[in-house]
Amino acid sequence: MATVIEVRDLHKEYGPTVAVDDVSFTVEAGVIFGILGPNGAGKTTTVECVAGLRVPGAGSISVLGLDPRRDRAQLRQVLGVQLQESQLPDRLRVGEALELYSSFYRDPAPWPELLDGLGLAGKENTRFGKLSGGQQQRLSIALALVGNPRIAVLDELTTGLDPQARRDTWALISEIRDRGVTVVLVTHFMEEAERLCDRVAVIDAGALIATGSPADLAARAGEDQVIRFRPSAEVDEAALAALPEVTGLFWHGDQLEVTGRGDVLGAVISLLARRGIIARQLRVEQTSLEDAFVALTAQHGNGRESAPSRR
Amino acid sequence: MSVTSVTRTTGSRAAAASSRSALARLTATEAKLFVRERVGLVWGVGFPLLLLIIFGSIPAFKQPSKDLGGLTTLDAYVPILIAFVLAMLALNALPPVLAGYREKGILRRLSTTPVGAVRVLAAQLAIQLAVAVVTLVLIIAVARIAYHVPLPRQVLGFAGTVLLAAIALFSLGLFVAAVAVTGRAANAAGALLFFPMMFFAGLWLPIALMPSVLRHISSFTPLGAAVQSLGETTSGAWPHPLLIIVLAAWAVAGSVAAARLFRWE
Repeated sequence: MATVIEVRDLHKEYGPTVAVDDVSFTVEAGVIFGILGPNGAGKTTTVECVAGLRVPGAGSISVLGLDPRRDRAQLRQVLGVQLQESQLPDRLRVGEALELYSSFYRDPAPWPELLDGLGLAGKENTRFGKLSGGQQQRLSIALALVGNPRIAVLDELTTGLDPQARRDTWALISEIRDRGVTVVLVTHFMEEAERLCDRVAVIDAGALIATGSPADLAARAGEDQVIRFRPSAEVDEAALAALPEVTGLFWHGDQLEVTGRGDVLGAVISLLARRGIIARQLRVEQTSLEDAFVALTAQHGNGRESAPSRR
Repeated sequence: MSVTSVTRTTGSRAAAASSRSALARLTATEAKLFVRERVGLVWGVGFPLLLLIIFGSIPAFKQPSKDLGGLTTLDAYVPILIAFVLAMLALNALPPVLAGYREKGILRRLSTTPVGAVRVLAAQLAIQLAVAVVTLVLIIAVARIAYHVPLPRQVLGFAGTVLLAAIALFSLGLFVAAVAVTGRAANAAGALLFFPMMFFAGLWLPIALMPSVLRHISSFTPLGAAVQSLGETTSGAWPHPLLIIVLAAWAVAGSVAAARLFRWE
């Protein structure tokens, strides 16, 4: 798959604080790439450098083969950006804003469809100041997409949205990815990253501490998965315990708890199936990205006190 | 792993045309917002015209006065109203809009688009200047047609003074927009500059009637110099070089300060 964004040894300081410390990553075309980290980790600074809004202190960035600073004019045609906390004039109507921003691009997207997809249909004549916070946020996303970009950078896109609007927005972002747009998503919201992202980069205190798919990271965090079930017949405990994926067996009454790593669920179920045993009331507790995130940032650890205060 | 890239075609005619239409739409949108905002329209256009009509309806204001060198009070007030229009638009209408755009991240949002943030500043300036020119023409026309105030006789000097004064005032307005952190602060700072400057322009007491100390101070303020120069050119003389130097100095100082201090975020 083709690489659309390549960041190499990106370094950025604000006075004495190091906001981004030699971060490198690549983003493949057509994925949703999450940049994950606690507040003040340097996520926003990183994407602002990618978008050409800030000058990197050191390192190189290539976006669709363009240099974000030198080739800014071309980059702006193909990169849509939704920044945190950017508003519009209160008296500007929704339709006017979209009409205006469409006129900036050579090949704009039909904006009425965008409004539909973001649940803003019928709001064309509403002034920005009269929209709710969530609606303003969704209009902001629409403006990032109205230029029909090949890459969309969305910074904390669902902040301030209610759960339903959040889910609708996630659905829209997945749809955009399915149409071939590469999405870079900055978030500190684990559920969002887990549901939406194909790959994530975890940044903490300015440094990149892990990249991979959300499932990879969860597995790498090394936490055991826990499987609980009631076997329909007697099980051979020794055979179960001998499976390489299994790390422990415990009985809670007639309920068996198996802990393990990797594809422990697949291994246990196929063993049971071979012996004609059914796993009743099967429950699996998996390490979530959130657990992984906590584990990863804790391992990265002690430098946290000196984390720069800016995002 | 291959790197997909965007073809680097710059300067194509289509791109130039689309950026022209973007600028036109941006200007049209800002013009709509200017009307909806009302401040500029009410105080920069309506109020000075209303003042002119009120002054024109007072018979005593149309009697030549020895203190004013044979001019009527109304004659003396036309240059003051011109200064009022420029000051109102440049100091009270423009700065809160631009500082507010920065405060709300609108300039930043624009800087992520192909149009960029500089053009919204250009669009705002173009609108405010256009409104100023139309209002000045209206004031001069109404004063002439309805109240027989003579037209400027040294037209070139008069127009040059208006141009210099506009540059000086709008660059001061941009300076206010540059240093004010929020739209509200810009509003307050603009008003803080507006009142003393209008005092020295003679809004409350025509410059000719001021004590000589105040008259001297007035000559060194942008609006005081502008009003005196407008008065001199209206009566057919070339303006005193000092007045032109003062206006030019304010225009340069304001432009340099605004350009140095303006921040986009």
